[in-house]
Amino acid sequence: MHNAVIRIERLYKEYVTDAGTVPVLKDVTITVMPGEFVAIMGASGSGKSTLMNILGCLDVATSGNYFLNGRDVNRLDGDELALLRNQVIGFVFQGFNLLPRANLEENVALPLIYRGVSRDQRLLQAKEMLQKVGLGKHNRSRPNQISGGQQQRVAIARALVNQPKLLLADEPTGNLDTHTSHEIMTLFSELNQRDGITIVLITHEADIAAYANRLVRLADGQVIYDGPVANAADEHKEQAA
Amino acid sequence: MILAMLSEAWMAMWANRLRTILTMLGMVIGVAAVIIMLAIGQGAQQQVQASIASMGSNLFIILSGSTTSGGLRLGGGATPTLTVADAQSLEELPSLAAVAPSSPGTAQLVYGPNNWSTQVIGTTPSFLLVRDWQLASGSAFTDSDIRAATRVALLGQTVAHNLFGDVDPVEKTIRIKNSPYLVLGVLAAKGQSLDGRDQDDTVLVPVTTAQSKLFGTQFAGTVRFIMAQAVSAEAMPVAEKAITELLRQRHRIRDGAENDFSIRNLTAMANTAAETAQVMSLMLGAIASISLLVGGIGIMNIMLVSVTERTREIGIRMAIGARSQDILLQFLLEAIIISVIGCLIGVLLGVGGALLVSQLSGMSVVISISPIIMSFAVAAAVGIFFGWYPARKASMLRPIEALRYQ
Repeated sequence: MHNAVIRIERLYKEYVTDAGTVPVLKDVTITVMPGEFVAIMGASGSGKSTLMNILGCLDVATSGNYFLNGRDVNRLDGDELALLRNQVIGFVFQGFNLLPRANLEENVALPLIYRGVSRDQRLLQAKEMLQKVGLGKHNRSRPNQISGGQQQRVAIARALVNQPKLLLADEPTGNLDTHTSHEIMTLFSELNQRDGITIVLITHEADIAAYANRLVRLADGQVIYDGPVANAADEHKEQAA
Repeated sequence: MILAMLSEAWMAMWANRLRTILTMLGMVIGVAAVIIMLAIGQGAQQQVQASIASMGSNLFIILSGSTTSGGLRLGGGATPTLTVADAQSLEELPSLAAVAPSSPGTAQLVYGPNNWSTQVIGTTPSFLLVRDWQLASGSAFTDSDIRAATRVALLGQTVAHNLFGDVDPVEKTIRIKNSPYLVLGVLAAKGQSLDGRDQDDTVLVPVTTAQSKLFGTQFAGTVRFIMAQAVSAEAMPVAEKAITELLRQRHRIRDGAENDFSIRNLTAMANTAAETAQVMSLMLGAIASISLLVGGIGIMNIMLVSVTERTREIGIRMAIGARSQDILLQFLLEAIIISVIGCLIGVLLGVGGALLVSQLSGMSVVISISPIIMSFAVAAAVGIFFGWYPARKASMLRPIEALRYQ
């Protein structure tokens, strides 16, 4: 268990609002080993986005432990968290989150700026990454000149440019049509199988989750299922019956 | 790293060109105003200093004083108590560099068909030293002219021009009050005095000639005033004391009795004028600095808008690994670039504007390097100062909240 990419233990997250304390995550314990492809499913309000933000070091838990790549995240300061986000984690968002005024190469090269890589080297690596996600041609276009599927490929290239151990994807196909969604999921599978990148993705569509090899299902801030994707489908059917 | 940050900042500014230019404009106007105002102020200051220098430096004017005769007090200079002999003994004082007795009067001058009424001053060759006055042509009269009371004259530029036109007056003979005088030389132009008199509208003749042949005197050898130049500005108080002591002694004034002469320190008056000009220049600079401040506030305003508008971008940058200091640096650089480029354009406009003002209005302007360097420093400081708060605000955003911002 020492080489786990993600190890969260007894994680709680509460939000303090005017109406009182609202618990969002209750006693969540998950371990993700290198090379795993995990899908997190759950209804809205189940706490899956909150979990994702904590995993991505964008938010901190109220209590519980989080070890990312063996490091105790609770003990790190802002700069060290930024370093983790930069070098260990790659982020893919539902809304792509590309910078509209930068061209594709510049968007992909953005994380390298914060590592102090030289401009030539940055653009070279960005080109390679764009080729890897199947976008070799319009490197100088702006994000608004290409399709949604292509924008998500650019976002994936950006997430991969620092060779992260872990790829976190928050509903990466939420804004895409079915056909494009499957193309993007095929890309994720390739990255997982060919390059051995650990992937954790959030989705609420079963056929997207089917690309993963492990499923975590959340309800009301608690893990109600953690196991192979296939069994989950069976369980689903049983529940339906 | 800083290079990449610069290009990121440049990209953001380029994306909002119009806004960037308008923000810069505040800076441009502020800097240009400071430079133009300081150039005009310093020009005025220099003009005052030039007219002070034209008067002669470290100068005393000793006037024969007021006297009381039968309970009736007469004004300064009413009774001629000063003499050429007083002037000669003053020359012995170590604290004085030169002494010139002066007997002015007004006379009609004639040369050929032209005539001109002007001030004629009977004096000694030291007058030129005291007033720091050069000759444009010819030569000055000498001590032997004083002793012999010869009829010779030195013409001021205005007089020479009115009597002779383009003819060279040297070695020509003019008539002053119908007596012939040989023109020995022409004085260099001095221009206006501080009170606006034309200093070149004057004629110098030997003091003895003026006393015995031109105006005559009530008592033999008396003069209206004596000009004395101290050896240095520091020596002026000592010189003033020495003059007072010597003249009281010579005039046999008992202890406790009033002086029968008065000493005026022209340098003190000149210094007041110079200080006034300096205060003016400072005031102009201060008023212009306010526009620089307003420009700085404009930068802050736009940077705050920019931070709010780009909250999501800040979130994205943080999510992919930007530290808060990276965000701080990016926004600070934007503010500094705007203010420094604005300052550059402002300097060019200011220098151009100052030259234009001097061309159009004939005002003298002085463009010196120090206000330019100063406004550069101030512009950079304004950029950092007014950029700091918005940049800090951006860097303090929590990534999760910045990302959720719509």
